[in-house]
Amino acid sequence: MAARRIVITSGKGGVGKTTTTANVGAALAKRGHRVILIDADIGLRNLDLVLGLEKRIVFDLVEVAEGRCQLRQALIKDKRFESLSILPAAQTRDKDAITESQFAAIVEQAAEAADYVLIDCPAGIEAGFRNAVAGAKEAIVVTTPEVSAIRDADRVVGKLNDKHLPIRLIVNRLRPDMVRSGDMLSVEDVCEILSVELIGIVPDDEEIIDTTNKGEPIVLDDTARLRMIYDKIARRLEGDVVPFTNFDGQSLLGRLFGALKAG
Amino acid sequence: MIEWVKKMFGQTPSSSTAKERLRLVLMTDHLALAPEIIESMKRDLVDVISRYVEVDREKVEVNFEREDKALAMLANIPITAVARPNKPEEEPKAKAEPAPAAEPEPVAEAVAAEPQAKATTSTMSGPPPTRRRRKKKAGGSKPAPAH
Ligand SMILES: Nc1ncnc2c1ncn2[C@@H]1O[C@H](COP(=O)(O)OP(=O)(O)OP(=O)(O)O)[C@@H](O)[C@H]1O
Ligand SMILES: [Mg+2]
Repeated sequence: MAARRIVITSGKGGVGKTTTTANVGAALAKRGHRVILIDADIGLRNLDLVLGLEKRIVFDLVEVAEGRCQLRQALIKDKRFESLSILPAAQTRDKDAITESQFAAIVEQAAEAADYVLIDCPAGIEAGFRNAVAGAKEAIVVTTPEVSAIRDADRVVGKLNDKHLPIRLIVNRLRPDMVRSGDMLSVEDVCEILSVELIGIVPDDEEIIDTTNKGEPIVLDDTARLRMIYDKIARRLEGDVVPFTNFDGQSLLGRLFGALKAG
Repeated sequence: MIEWVKKMFGQTPSSSTAKERLRLVLMTDHLALAPEIIESMKRDLVDVISRYVEVDREKVEVNFEREDKALAMLANIPITAVARPNKPEEEPKAKAEPAPAAEPEPVAEAVAAEPQAKATTSTMSGPPPTRRRRKKKAGGSKPAPAH
């Protein structure tokens, strides 16, 4: 039973890769899967902070790569879940402190002990990106509905295509009100432009900032508005067909599905 | 309310502008990332044109320009010689009329002097930029209409 190895990437920085990795990972763990999250953003470690695990770090990714500790010693178990752990990035090293093959080997090893390995990719398309993609078998591209984020996402999609990785898209920080008034690209537009299969739509919501402040995954908060959003993404990853929340007021998703099936 | 007013005055919503701009910029990006496609397109283009007129292959230039709502391909193909139009034996297919290209230049070596005939200008708009391009698939490097 090979684990799924999914890199979460975007090209442009700050569009929500880390937030997505943390919350989708937590949602998968809550659904009973064994999940390992790998922070590939060497030098700009954040995943631990978003999940509230920053105080428990002992070893990091680079130390595992250098053979200074075992993977299992470096993994931090999230006590709130049965089966979620993270491998933190090194904070005081450079992106080139690790090679692609070292990275791939770590992902490989993590995959032996998990059902899902999610890799939080750094921004950009250079060494850090190549590392993060090295051990992945599929990709989630995160974008916001903005021109620069989409252009960068397109660039990344091209690179992932070159590697023959299947790609799914998350449109993050959607503002349905702005879409309605014609001031923001719709999810449909974004999917059409990128021609990538959609796997999630996450609205722009201060809840994200609030839960990130506290270091709590959204799926743990039963009152959270976005809880179902991440749970649905997790289910779609499992292969379920889950209808998309309609933020549009029209039959957006029916049409979207139609378009994707047809195209 | 403001939106309503905007619509009243027929203002294009900024999301449409964004979409249009993205479409163009991505086409340009994709072309820039696929020099081998441009090369082979250039070759094919010249092959076709040289069936009708003699062309200076060395001096062929292909450029892309962004126009208002489309991407235009501008090919500059210097014609060095044009055969005499009367060719009675071959069925006069539409092609055999080498357009009223200036007076048949004193065949050959007319290159430099000649106001280079701008051979092709085609416009690419329409479908969104296709993906799965920029593959270096051995041989066939045409921008397939994926999907
Ligand atoms: N759906 C959302 N609604 C509101 N805020 C969000 C949303 N998604 C992300 N954010 C905020 O955007 C910021 C950037 O998010 P995040 O760190 O996940 O991006 P990133 O892609 O990992 O960035 P980097 O490229 O620097 O690694 C954070 O402050 C986060 O709280
Ligand atoms: Mg990040």
